[in-house]
Amino acid sequence: MSVDLVRVSFTVNGSPYDLELDPRRLLSDALRHDLRLTGTHVGCEHGVCGACTILVDDAPMRSCLIFAVSLDGAAITTTEGLQSSDGGMGPVQRAFHECHALQCGFCTPGFVTTVTAYLRDHPSPSPEDAREAIAGNLCRCTGYQNIVAAVQRAADLVTEGATGACVAPGTEEPT
Amino acid sequence: MTTKMFGERVPRVEDARLVTGNGRFLDDLGHDALEAGFVRSPQAHARIVDIDVTDALDVDGLVAIYTHEDLEGRMGERLPLLIPHPTLTHGRTPYALAKEEVNHVGEAVVMVVATSRYVAEDICDRVRVSYEALPAVVGVEAARAAAHLVHDDVPGNVAAVMVQRTGDADAAVDAAPHRLELDLAIERSASTPLEGKGVLARWDADDRSLLVHTSTQTSTSVRQAIAAKLDLPVDRVEVVTPDVGGGFGVKIVHPWPEEVLVPWAARRLGRPVKWTEDRREHFVSSAHERGQLHEVRVGYDDDGRLLGLSVRFWHDNGAYVPYGLIVPIITSTQLLGPYKPGVYRVEFTSLYTNTVIVTPYRGAGRPQGCFVMERVMDAIAADLGLDRTVVRERNFIRPDEMPYDQGLVFQDGRQLVYDSGDFPASLAKLKALVGWDDFEALREQARGEGRRVGIGLACYVEGTGVGPYEGGHIRVETDGTVVVSTGLTSQGQGHQTMLAQIVADELGVPFERIQVTTGDTRRFKYAVGTFASRTAVMSGSAVALTARTVRQKALSIAAQALEADVEDLEVVDGLVQVKGSGGGSTARIELGTVAVLSNPLRYAFDEAAARATQFAAPADPDTPPVGPGESPGLEGTDYYSPARSTFANGMHAVVVETDPDTAEITILRYCVVHDCGTLVNPMIVEGQIHGGVAQGVGGALYERMEYAPDGQLVNASFMDFLMPYATEVPTIEIDHLVTPSPLNPLGVKGAGEAGVIPGSAAIASAIEDAEGITITSMPISPSQLFELRRAREGRP
Repeated sequence: MSVDLVRVSFTVNGSPYDLELDPRRLLSDALRHDLRLTGTHVGCEHGVCGACTILVDDAPMRSCLIFAVSLDGAAITTTEGLQSSDGGMGPVQRAFHECHALQCGFCTPGFVTTVTAYLRDHPSPSPEDAREAIAGNLCRCTGYQNIVAAVQRAADLVTEGATGACVAPGTEEPT
Repeated sequence: MTTKMFGERVPRVEDARLVTGNGRFLDDLGHDALEAGFVRSPQAHARIVDIDVTDALDVDGLVAIYTHEDLEGRMGERLPLLIPHPTLTHGRTPYALAKEEVNHVGEAVVMVVATSRYVAEDICDRVRVSYEALPAVVGVEAARAAAHLVHDDVPGNVAAVMVQRTGDADAAVDAAPHRLELDLAIERSASTPLEGKGVLARWDADDRSLLVHTSTQTSTSVRQAIAAKLDLPVDRVEVVTPDVGGGFGVKIVHPWPEEVLVPWAARRLGRPVKWTEDRREHFVSSAHERGQLHEVRVGYDDDGRLLGLSVRFWHDNGAYVPYGLIVPIITSTQLLGPYKPGVYRVEFTSLYTNTVIVTPYRGAGRPQGCFVMERVMDAIAADLGLDRTVVRERNFIRPDEMPYDQGLVFQDGRQLVYDSGDFPASLAKLKALVGWDDFEALREQARGEGRRVGIGLACYVEGTGVGPYEGGHIRVETDGTVVVSTGLTSQGQGHQTMLAQIVADELGVPFERIQVTTGDTRRFKYAVGTFASRTAVMSGSAVALTARTVRQKALSIAAQALEADVEDLEVVDGLVQVKGSGGGSTARIELGTVAVLSNPLRYAFDEAAARATQFAAPADPDTPPVGPGESPGLEGTDYYSPARSTFANGMHAVVVETDPDTAEITILRYCVVHDCGTLVNPMIVEGQIHGGVAQGVGGALYERMEYAPDGQLVNASFMDFLMPYATEVPTIEIDHLVTPSPLNPLGVKGAGEAGVIPGSAAIASAIEDAEGITITSMPISPSQLFELRRAREGRP
């Protein structure tokens, strides 16, 4: 069995790539193993958990459900591309850090991309809206509470720059 | 002045790499390795008649196909029974690849190695395995009835029967003025980390050594297991745990078949081999938990005080018991919670079924035990017409009774002795937090709006920080960097941050100078693993003790250099200085310099080293440069090994609303009072509670393993196994009570599992309160609640 490879060109995080791929190669595998951008994670391979969410022309999509060769000409963004220009944490990433919105961090890149796209259209979400915005992504560690807080903190950081701190709901100080 | 780090909400050092995509999980490694795939049994119980690989042989990219016949020596023997117990009379474990018979859907039968996972799966599709089907035993009832056997040589499907008692409980129940009997059930769920398992093995043929990366909760024990199976000297095997995408218990089991097969194949082929578990594989070939049926008899006095408690339960251990009886032992002991049970007897039977193995999932038998005990408390309250909190309060162990010996043997083989806790104070905090005493007004108000609400609560005690030990190693580098390692592993709990906070305070160094490594046997050989909420207690205490040792060594070296008395020196912000000098004195020395002085050298390989060479740093020419009892380097190793576990505790209260028409169940409020002793990092502790509560909510309302009678797991995907999304998890309100443990130098008690334990119990209590229908089985779906309503109304 030999496979006819298919040529595909797209950009990832602004860098152009010209690849020859097996037509059945999933975008998640192409990103992770061909381009070695391993920030995008694979949690279920059937489009439910959202860990593999990347941005295709700024829209969130599940890279485990996309054949890489179908994205000729696309502009793809992964969590690696959402860092700040100096290589540190970008605003959404920083919000997750400040709000303790990640534990194992496996699902986090999918949240970061999802939230980035969401905030572009909804710059100041209410807590209820923030919760709804992340309701397509599974996290097994955090119970989501701090992720909801991170969405709102990220909105602050994206729109007005860095002031204040993460406001975590529901906590009394120890006695 | 060094800023105190212990107890502070220090942001995690792990985060920057994880959010930017620079974490290194198992499948982020070994891009050029060969990849393994597995042909897994599609049958729950069958004899393997034939394995035909003819169609697979012409696939480009095939490297090897292995069946059990290929496994030589100890590889061909059964996998180890990790935790033997005298009552585990019929312990059975699987082979790495099935030999002659399969006992659950998903059991590995054939291993394929190929140039990529895509090709490996193509080949798996072309391997033809013929089976002769045998009757499948599915569920506790079928196992108990034993019309068919899972293992021919295990009569009645019984792996173990274990009894513990503090006296004649049935006689005490019979003699009590009030008695109740309850049948209670909990269904199967699973840890379900977002990252499945995975193994990468590299064999160095010249060095005759193995380097294995695996997504595990215990790298040191995986190392021993691989060495034993592959018949290698242990010092030829190193096991590294990379970033791990969640564990929740399932990754403490080892060696998984793949954890020995992948290294075995790598050595045999002389090439790196990797296997990354996919989601379906995780559902059908990892581990589940929780499934148990319980029968309870309880006797109590007119005030609701327990006089006798007799519990029998049946534990579904799945096809094999590699992890022994830990889960049912924990249920049988931790069931008692914060209460004095009167005379207690518990008997459990651990049963084989043709389903995925059962091993600890966060909480590990406690959610079932808590459900049983808390249902009993609610039933007594209902029977006597008492407030549910009053019945609990009357049965609490009082603070002045600590330490309290429950008279049983716990999962670590030690006596079940509670070390600390103030249960009345915790309950008072919980009642205040949720507004327990004001709830009737809320109920009336809701009723007026046509809404149905209920409140419930549940209390638990959690044995944490079990032994036998953990260790720590700390080395101060000549540039002042402090390198810390401990042998147990991390799965996202923030150990690097938490342990660095402890070392910063104990050693007197800036937090930013500390680098922590966990779960790397190249760095630390002796460890047990990450389970039982034990890292803060065990490794936290170990690194604290180690830091004190290293600090003492630094002080004595600095004392010589500064010509000062050790007693007069302190370490502050990485500087050894005279106490009270506030850093103003010239008589001070950096820890990095102390590290230079600690290592007398002949060769100047860098500037720092030059300061320690024989002509640069002349010492007393008549004494050896490294004296008796001394060792070069500013470093130390120490271990922490407690006599017994610590016991954390907590109480949850829940307010639910049930839809009068659709029976949909909505959580309106979720309140937690938590006592894990002193808190190293409250932010991390709260995160642990949040995650645990989410899993508790999942276990109470959504998650169940749906096995068909033929042993097919019919919901083995994220589309059908309903894990909670953000929209299903309520906002969690937390209050802490701190009763420090007297058992360890930090006063900590462990927090990892706490959040999940009382979920089903508290939510059942609230639904029962809203509906007036007794809840005896969890999880509960809207359909099931709807059917309970119909049954109450006498409708078919």
